[in-house]
Amino acid sequence: MSEDRASTSKEWPLYEVFIRARSGLEHKHVGSVHAVDARMAIEHARDVYTRRQEGVSIWVVRSADIVASDPAEADALFEPARDKVYRHPTFYDIPDEVKNL
Amino acid sequence: MYTQGLDLLEPDRAGRGDRAALAELEARFQARIDADERIEPKDWMPEAYRRTLIRQISQHAHSEIVGMLPEGNWITRAPTLERKSVLIAKVQDEGGHGMYLYGAAETLGVSRDQLVAQLLSGAAKYSSIFNYPTPTWADVGAIGWLVDGAAIINQIPLCRCSYGPYARAMVRICKEESFHQRQGFDIMHALARGTQEQRRMAQEALDRWWWPSLMMFGPGDADSRHTAQSMRWKIKRFTNDELRQHFIDVTVPQADYLGLTIPDPQLRRDPESGHYRFGAIDWSEFQRVVNGEGPCNRERLEARRRAEEEGRWVREAAAAHAAKHRAREARA
Repeated sequence: MSEDRASTSKEWPLYEVFIRARSGLEHKHVGSVHAVDARMAIEHARDVYTRRQEGVSIWVVRSADIVASDPAEADALFEPARDKVYRHPTFYDIPDEVKNL
Repeated sequence: MYTQGLDLLEPDRAGRGDRAALAELEARFQARIDADERIEPKDWMPEAYRRTLIRQISQHAHSEIVGMLPEGNWITRAPTLERKSVLIAKVQDEGGHGMYLYGAAETLGVSRDQLVAQLLSGAAKYSSIFNYPTPTWADVGAIGWLVDGAAIINQIPLCRCSYGPYARAMVRICKEESFHQRQGFDIMHALARGTQEQRRMAQEALDRWWWPSLMMFGPGDADSRHTAQSMRWKIKRFTNDELRQHFIDVTVPQADYLGLTIPDPQLRRDPESGHYRFGAIDWSEFQRVVNGEGPCNRERLEARRRAEEEGRWVREAAAAHAAKHRAREARA
């Protein structure tokens, strides 16, 4: 469907841009650019988001291809984790005399 | 930034008469704002909040794009190669800022083409400051020092704006603005230490840009239509008059340092409050320039329309090229 829209609309499709600031770090979402294809999106992302050496690697992905969770369903989605505090180490009372735990 | 248009269902449904549900959504929304939570693109938001943000962010984006023109005027005539490199970098930054902001506006469900069309038709406004001309090199210095200086003061509080994508774009912009202001002050400083003729140029540029810079903060609080609601929504954190006063307080000592005179005979420091008191702003000039009668309004819009028109074949050729490649890959 997104392909059809790209060929009928004159507007260049939107790409989301992710940048790795330096090796060892993950790619992080920084914004978006319009481009005719992925290659041009990378060139535009270079010009728009890395004018001051902000990155060593760029990912781009068509915005239309991102599947996101619905904020209206956030409760149903994330609530099950709320009452499972025993998953955190701070849940457990360890006697002061016991070390390295 | 993020996919768009996914959040248009809720207000429509509520708009069909279910007032209680709408009031409930609005109350929950305001509670999130009051708790200093950020609003993200797919979250429910009142239509008026969305419209206010689209108007403000797109005006801001248009201002960055039109703002490239007065300084671009001097790229070919910068006095040294270094000044030229700096000016190119600055103008390129303004273009980048426009792109960050259009991206943020697009998360609210409006397309880039719609936004550009609003600018070119004159339906959308941009900062009236860019409708003033840059007759000398000193104007480039005054713009960096005063116009970018005023912009920084306006923009720093926007880094904490309640709408996430706008706030994030502003963080990026503010990091880059400081370079703009400093390079402008550096130009003014060089001229102020130069020959008598250069000092005169610097003074005249200050005379031209001082009052328009003060107008950049918008009408006084008593006449500002949007301030109260924008502050409730935490789009805005300080009033126009508060920001303007802050700008004057930090800028006057800088002018003193340069040995230049601020063109306001009523300007004086109030020893009790520590603030500078200043003369009346000519709001009729502001209204004239906002409504299209400034010295360069027509020239600026014509330049943007010409750029759009002359770039059309490039955009279409690039799209056709990409479509051909997609078709070829699909066959292979």
